[in-house]
Amino acid sequence: MKVLIPSALRSYTEQQVWVEAAGDCLGEVLDDLDRQYPGIRFRMVDEQSRIRRHIRMFAGGEQLAGLDAPLTGTTELLVVQALSGG
Amino acid sequence: MTQTPSERSLLVATRKGAWMLREGGGGDGWAVDGPHFLGHVISHLMLDPRDGRTLLAAARTGHLGPTVFRSEDGGRHWQEASRPPAFAAAEGGEGRAVDQVFWLTPGLASEPGRWLAGTSPQGLFESLDGGDTWSPFSIVNDDTDYRRWMGTVQDGTPDGPKLHSILIDPRDPAHLIFAMSGGGVHESTDGGAHFTPMLDGLEVVEGFDVADPTFHDPHCVRRCPSNPDRLYQQNHCGIYRLDQPGRRWQRIGRAMPSEVGDVGFPLVVHPRDDNCAWVFPMDASSVWPSTSPGGRPAVYGTRDGGESWQRLDGGLPASQAWWTVKRQAMAADAGDPVALSFGTTSGELWLSDDEGAHWRCIARHLPEIYAVEFASTGTGVAA
Repeated sequence: MKVLIPSALRSYTEQQVWVEAAGDCLGEVLDDLDRQYPGIRFRMVDEQSRIRRHIRMFAGGEQLAGLDAPLTGTTELLVVQALSGG
Repeated sequence: MTQTPSERSLLVATRKGAWMLREGGGGDGWAVDGPHFLGHVISHLMLDPRDGRTLLAAARTGHLGPTVFRSEDGGRHWQEASRPPAFAAAEGGEGRAVDQVFWLTPGLASEPGRWLAGTSPQGLFESLDGGDTWSPFSIVNDDTDYRRWMGTVQDGTPDGPKLHSILIDPRDPAHLIFAMSGGGVHESTDGGAHFTPMLDGLEVVEGFDVADPTFHDPHCVRRCPSNPDRLYQQNHCGIYRLDQPGRRWQRIGRAMPSEVGDVGFPLVVHPRDDNCAWVFPMDASSVWPSTSPGGRPAVYGTRDGGESWQRLDGGLPASQAWWTVKRQAMAADAGDPVALSFGTTSGELWLSDDEGAHWRCIARHLPEIYAVEFASTGTGVAA
């Protein structure tokens, strides 16, 4: 599937906005991303496998609640970084 | 690149990135190199004194997870740690997660590649490969007592409870000390297999149990290079000195002027004189403005182990300067005379070449300064 990378993480993807990754659930897709772009997963997901506070993931117009969210048949995953604060 | 012994560098970590200042250029005699990591929160930027060229930066952004960046060429190129500090995964995802890497301590000369790091929330981590991969270190992160003493995020400082002031005894790498805000000061003599609170003589906020480490808030602890048995501490409740193997801290801040008080965040020590230390007092009255008392900033120094203190404000603003200097934002070099530097939360970097007697501003308009470190003379830090 295609994965939309937010600007803050494009240093890992050589500034590519869209990249390809595979997996049947969110956790597998993020693992595949990390294989291709080492370090990117830990910036989005903490060591307890929780999606970090200002990161949101969307597929098919729905926000994904956790790493076990199924993505079978999904063609696009949107990773969104909330920008806030001074 | 060649540096003469007279060249110095200052490493400045801020809320919005890192800067390095090199003596010998610019309008104030210091050339500014940066920003590095613009937009990242940099809690600490440290040079490895063992090789004089490796830099580690403790980084996060406001919206991404924490990490450590590493440079082997004095900051020209940076690489992210392949395994940043992280707590062990817990069943059910209920465990703690590192929010920021806060403090970096290089190992001894006899331990090439070793670093220790303190985090928020309180955690202790070790790298044995120059900061590339990190693992939980010692019993502290998961010990039942220590977890209780660490409290929760509700109990810590406004931007998160922290483990800091990691001190390795230069005579014995198994002799370790660290401090937690909150959670007290702790010592190990067996390389971290066991730690013991060292609280005797320290005060806590009135009404709380002085015997419970939870209520202790050390802001900064330093060991004297010239006498490793002597420790100084700036605490939420005063300035203290401890001469080991003694166990009881003495509140040397009692000798500070009463209108100034003895509360602040940073404390630095002289490289060769264990009777000499400097602090940057703040207003700790009422709601804790944490600004210079009376809007008149000053460093205070002692040359007799805390028996007396001298106000050192030559060149600093005489009024209406409401500065805050954080616990890592003051440093002393190894020169003779000793140079001192501090950075303010309003983004000014000040330098004294004469042990605090006279001050000059060498950079302003920086973001909120979190940490200041001198890079040893003759090292490879340069742009």
